[in-house]
Amino acid sequence: MSRPDRLFMIALALAAASPALADSLLPPTEYANKQLADPRQEAAARELMHEVRCLVCQGQSIADSDADMAGDMRNNIRRRIAAGESPQQIRAWLIQRYGNWVTYDPPVEPLTWPLWFAPIVLLGAGLFLMRGQFKRRKKKA
Amino acid sequence: MIAEAGLAALWLAASLSLLQMFLGWASVRPGQEAMLRFVRPLAVAQGALAAFSFVMLLCLFLRTDLSVQLVVANSHSAKPWIYKLAGAWGNHEGSMLLWVTVLAVAGAGVALFERKLRQDTHVATLAAQATISLGFYGFLLFASNPFTRIFPIPMDGNGLNPLLQDPGLAFHPPTLYFGYVGVSVAFSFAVGALVTRDVGPAFARAMRPWVLAAWIFLTLGIVAGSYWAYYELGWGGWWFWDPVENASLMPWLAATALLHSVTVLATRDGLRAWTVMLAVIAFSMSMIGTFLVRSGILTSVHAFAVDPQRGAFILMLLCVYIGGALALFGARVGTVKEGAAFDPVSREGMLVVNNLLLSIILGIVMVGTLYPLGVEAVTGEKLSVGPPYFNKAAGPVALVLVALMGAGPLLRWRRDSAKALAQRMAVPILAAAVSLLLVVLLAPGIGLLPLLGLALAPAVAVASLAPLWGRNLRRTPLITWGMVIAHLGIAVSMAGMAAESAFTKETLIAARVGQQTSVGPWTIRFEGVEPVAGPNWTAIAARLVVRRGDGRELLLRPQARMFSSPPTPTSEAAILTRLDGQLYTVIGEPDGQGRWQLRLWWKPAVTLIWYGGGLVAFGGFLSLIGRLRRARRTKRQDEAEPTPAFEPGREALA
Repeated sequence: MSRPDRLFMIALALAAASPALADSLLPPTEYANKQLADPRQEAAARELMHEVRCLVCQGQSIADSDADMAGDMRNNIRRRIAAGESPQQIRAWLIQRYGNWVTYDPPVEPLTWPLWFAPIVLLGAGLFLMRGQFKRRKKKA
Repeated sequence: MIAEAGLAALWLAASLSLLQMFLGWASVRPGQEAMLRFVRPLAVAQGALAAFSFVMLLCLFLRTDLSVQLVVANSHSAKPWIYKLAGAWGNHEGSMLLWVTVLAVAGAGVALFERKLRQDTHVATLAAQATISLGFYGFLLFASNPFTRIFPIPMDGNGLNPLLQDPGLAFHPPTLYFGYVGVSVAFSFAVGALVTRDVGPAFARAMRPWVLAAWIFLTLGIVAGSYWAYYELGWGGWWFWDPVENASLMPWLAATALLHSVTVLATRDGLRAWTVMLAVIAFSMSMIGTFLVRSGILTSVHAFAVDPQRGAFILMLLCVYIGGALALFGARVGTVKEGAAFDPVSREGMLVVNNLLLSIILGIVMVGTLYPLGVEAVTGEKLSVGPPYFNKAAGPVALVLVALMGAGPLLRWRRDSAKALAQRMAVPILAAAVSLLLVVLLAPGIGLLPLLGLALAPAVAVASLAPLWGRNLRRTPLITWGMVIAHLGIAVSMAGMAAESAFTKETLIAARVGQQTSVGPWTIRFEGVEPVAGPNWTAIAARLVVRRGDGRELLLRPQARMFSSPPTPTSEAAILTRLDGQLYTVIGEPDGQGRWQLRLWWKPAVTLIWYGGGLVAFGGFLSLIGRLRRARRTKRQDEAEPTPAFEPGREALA
């Protein structure tokens, strides 16, 4: 076998080993644009898909994107939901795999504390200021 | 020649604004008020020159002058004329020129029509206005010249982003810019009044129409932007909490708060320092909005200027203006006396709560938008903050705000009793209870936010109309009508949001020709696809025969478009509007086996979202007309009898 031929064979072997063929017997993105039969499962999948960022798009969730990768991820999420996984489990898996960037619902951890505590801090500061204002006014009145 | 004329006018306008700034600030000292005579014409001339420059840019785009770089980059000879025109501001340089033009024209308006302000405050306001425009002239001339020529001249232009080739988006940016700039006028008033220590009801009455006008435009801009995203992006979403959307929402929140606090200042001489502070915040928000959108710091369909140098320039302007204003505020706040005293249970007490809640929402939106950028800049870690965060964090606050909005107008100024309020609120509270019960019974299992939204909306609608009860409607002032309609609009919009989120039905299907499917109450038959051609695009349109129950059959033709320049695919949804909602249909990809992907939604009551938004803006408009009329009437009265009207602010300043 000459060298170019061997390269060709390797390329062929690699192509045959691509995930599309390796994954399962079903076409890989069957559920990219197909709803689950069970409306409750579909609703759960839908809610999760709206909270997952399309990693190759500009500020879209995978539920709102035409990108192939978003289709793959939708397919993945629907199948996992159909297989009985909970949305929390799937989200944890996605975060483990792609990092926090993938979820629009930032997990509560030290880095996101400022985000999640902002409303409480703002409310506290606002109430404190307001109370002061009313008190002062009462004294003057 | 057209490009050179435009550029020359821009330089002239810039130098006039420099002169206006120096002359203005120099004549703020007491005894120099007469200088107003010289500063005014400068502002008018500056406005005229900037407008001339912008008209030149429009000409270049209308003629598709391919010797100008900006035209080449953003236009194409085969585009409909309306999008040639829109191309003039559908890009970085053009939109900044529009920004500065609106700013300069508004400055001319302040110079020409403002009669209520004290003269020294007027001069200081114009000086502040010139200071802002000067920065933006500098930005245009040194970092984003729209009139740069190109050589050799190319055969044709690159075309406009097809997503922007849409009537909604052609007018969305100018509307928002009018709003941003109106806010900047309010800011100039605040700076002027701080400099001359003139913060009082008279200043508030002079500033109010500008705040109101800015707020109307911001409202319209947001409503138009939301509807555009809804029908153009093809996924049926109407608000994505995208940073660029937030950039338009933040100035609106601040302007809404300002609108209410300025009323307290004008009517009761309260909240002086806070109103000035809000004017500074509102302007900061519109600067931050401009910075976010224009610097390219966000990757989104809106950020067509990915250029760090420009970003740095705007960031510098932002720091100088906001920093300067805050420093001035810090230095002068001690001289701004607190206003009249008031009781917590009173109209102004409720307006303070309104301001508090709006500020909290503003803070949440700002943190959610900017914090991920900060984290990425400092640690390199990327965070996404989207709808789940904003709904959870800001949703409850917004619901409380809307509920209190129903009660606020039913309170008297100065002092009121909680018992009397409870009596006046009896009917709305009953309405809330009934609708809550109905929603729980008829639509079990919907989310908490939509549930509360649906329960609250009818109650708030009833409460909004309550100020009209027992009044002679023909003698009710326009201002009251304006408030009632704007508040009603919020309730209507909230009903639409809640209904859309709770009751939307979705069908995704790969359909064969002749296949029938259904979504909500509609049956839909797919009759195949056909080619369609437009002026600068070709498309494949699906033929969908839709029918509701036994009703008439109707044909919908959603398209998958391919624009020729630049080559971009877009999807054009076909939307059927009914009184109780919209049927939203989209055609997707073929699967290669004779089936086409269809996305179908039935969205009950979704149109209420934008009708409500329209009502809000219309209410603002009525209010503005009412204010202007009343101002003219009092002016005539003043001329007839020279006794000054009661102005509680005056003695405090004397």
